[in-house]
Amino acid sequence: MTATAYKAGSNLEKILSEGKFAVTGECGPPKSADGSVIADKAKILKGFVDAVNITDNQTAVVRVCSMASGVQAQQNGLEAIMQMTCRDRNRLAMQADILGAYVLGIRNILCLTGDHMSFGNHPQAKGVHDLDAINLIKMYKDMRDEAKFQCGDEMAVSPELYIGCAENPFGDPFEFRAQRLKKKVEAGADFMQTQCIFNVPKFKKWMEEVRAIGLHKEVKILAGITPIKGAGMAKYMKNFVPGMDVPQEIVDRVAAKEKGAAQQAEGKKLAVEMIKELAEIEGVAGIHIMAVEWEPAVPEIVEAAGLLPRPAVA
Amino acid sequence: MITAERKPFDEIYAMTEGHDKVLVAGCDTCVAVCLTGGEKEAEILAAQLRIKAKEDGRDVQIEHTAAIRQCEWEYLDAIGAKVEEYPLVLSMACGIGIQSMAEKFSPRLVMPAVNTNMLGMPQEHAVWLERCGACGECVIGETAGICPVVRCSKSLMNGPCGGSHDGKCEVTTPEKEDIECAWALIWERLKAQGREEMMLVNRPPKDWSKGSSGGPRKMVREEAKPV
Repeated sequence: MTATAYKAGSNLEKILSEGKFAVTGECGPPKSADGSVIADKAKILKGFVDAVNITDNQTAVVRVCSMASGVQAQQNGLEAIMQMTCRDRNRLAMQADILGAYVLGIRNILCLTGDHMSFGNHPQAKGVHDLDAINLIKMYKDMRDEAKFQCGDEMAVSPELYIGCAENPFGDPFEFRAQRLKKKVEAGADFMQTQCIFNVPKFKKWMEEVRAIGLHKEVKILAGITPIKGAGMAKYMKNFVPGMDVPQEIVDRVAAKEKGAAQQAEGKKLAVEMIKELAEIEGVAGIHIMAVEWEPAVPEIVEAAGLLPRPAVA
Repeated sequence: MITAERKPFDEIYAMTEGHDKVLVAGCDTCVAVCLTGGEKEAEILAAQLRIKAKEDGRDVQIEHTAAIRQCEWEYLDAIGAKVEEYPLVLSMACGIGIQSMAEKFSPRLVMPAVNTNMLGMPQEHAVWLERCGACGECVIGETAGICPVVRCSKSLMNGPCGGSHDGKCEVTTPEKEDIECAWALIWERLKAQGREEMMLVNRPPKDWSKGSSGGPRKMVREEAKPV
């Protein structure tokens, strides 16, 4: 494949296009003007993941913006997947920001609706929600492929983007979930990352629906994993995080170990087992590891899952 | 209908500070139906203010009145003589009525005694639910008669998002009560109508300029104008 055949030519796109099993990670920017955080996290993950999601005011809490943090990750040798939510920007800002991000070297973009303001630290904020995630995907696809703004105006230089989306296989109505992914693919998604998977049987059922409508051949699916740091975290995710499906046996398995290092070890072991199981599912093109404020666990997990060395692509 | 809630008493009482003649003006249309600002509620508020003023040793004349609709000039004419006697009017109408009063009786001070909150439907006695965002371009023909603009917490045109669980939205009311997921409702009703394929269509970005993002709106019905 020649370089020009790629949509964006990012490392992530090349790995997925060549049919190699991809590994992506996730970094949350800091809640202050601390410029060292992303640089430090990037150094931990470099060489262990193919690209890293840079979250966009995750859980509706103000942080360093995903564009600046994404650029910082790339300056430290780690390719970014810049997240963009519909909560904080209207269509003008979302187009301006993607042009800016592209100019600064960002190639992967993940289009999200975004957590509602009420979950974050500024619940009084006005939610923008000018577009939804599907509208956003389509807008970026048209900017890339048609060199057109959402209004229809033409642009001289179009941003070459690898466009991603998220989908929650555990959201309801379950019977509509694969169809919603189809809508995102039709809108223009090149890759997708799932919400954290703990309920593997349910995810397998969802993948059956995805394969039944042939979506696994049209979009690269990365299965989402979150290593559990302790029983408290597992319980919190089970009970309080929207859209999360954590079976009781997962909570019990971690809780059975002694609090601290033993629970952490069990959480990593569980993550490795799940990665191996998910990688076997037809249509899973990669794994997305969301180690929330636990980046140092990622290299160990990736290695134990047999996913090293990461492929080098030209 | 338009619904409103009375402002906290202390906030209303603070508005009367420095005044010795205060008129509480109710409106006997929408805000009367939602038991907030009709003549009866205006009378109650006036009495409460009088009691508090007396406790505070203030000599204030506080009376009440009500218009059939504060948002129409002719009904304001009917209470005009009384309003003219009072330098401060506490209006219990919706935001439209309050502004009509302020304009009609300018530069008289007209203050809001209620917070107008929504275009709501009385779901059961004393319970109202938001049903319309007056967005200027109704889409509910495509969404099984359920408004995604105000009933989806994120106004999605292509929902539901990943936060839909057991028919409930990931967002709760400020009182931590569940909110129904509008898109789960839309899916179920479209299925019941045999029109679930409507959910599979990608709806384009909404034209918000038809709503409040387009600036203050004006509606003219030329054919209805007097000749």
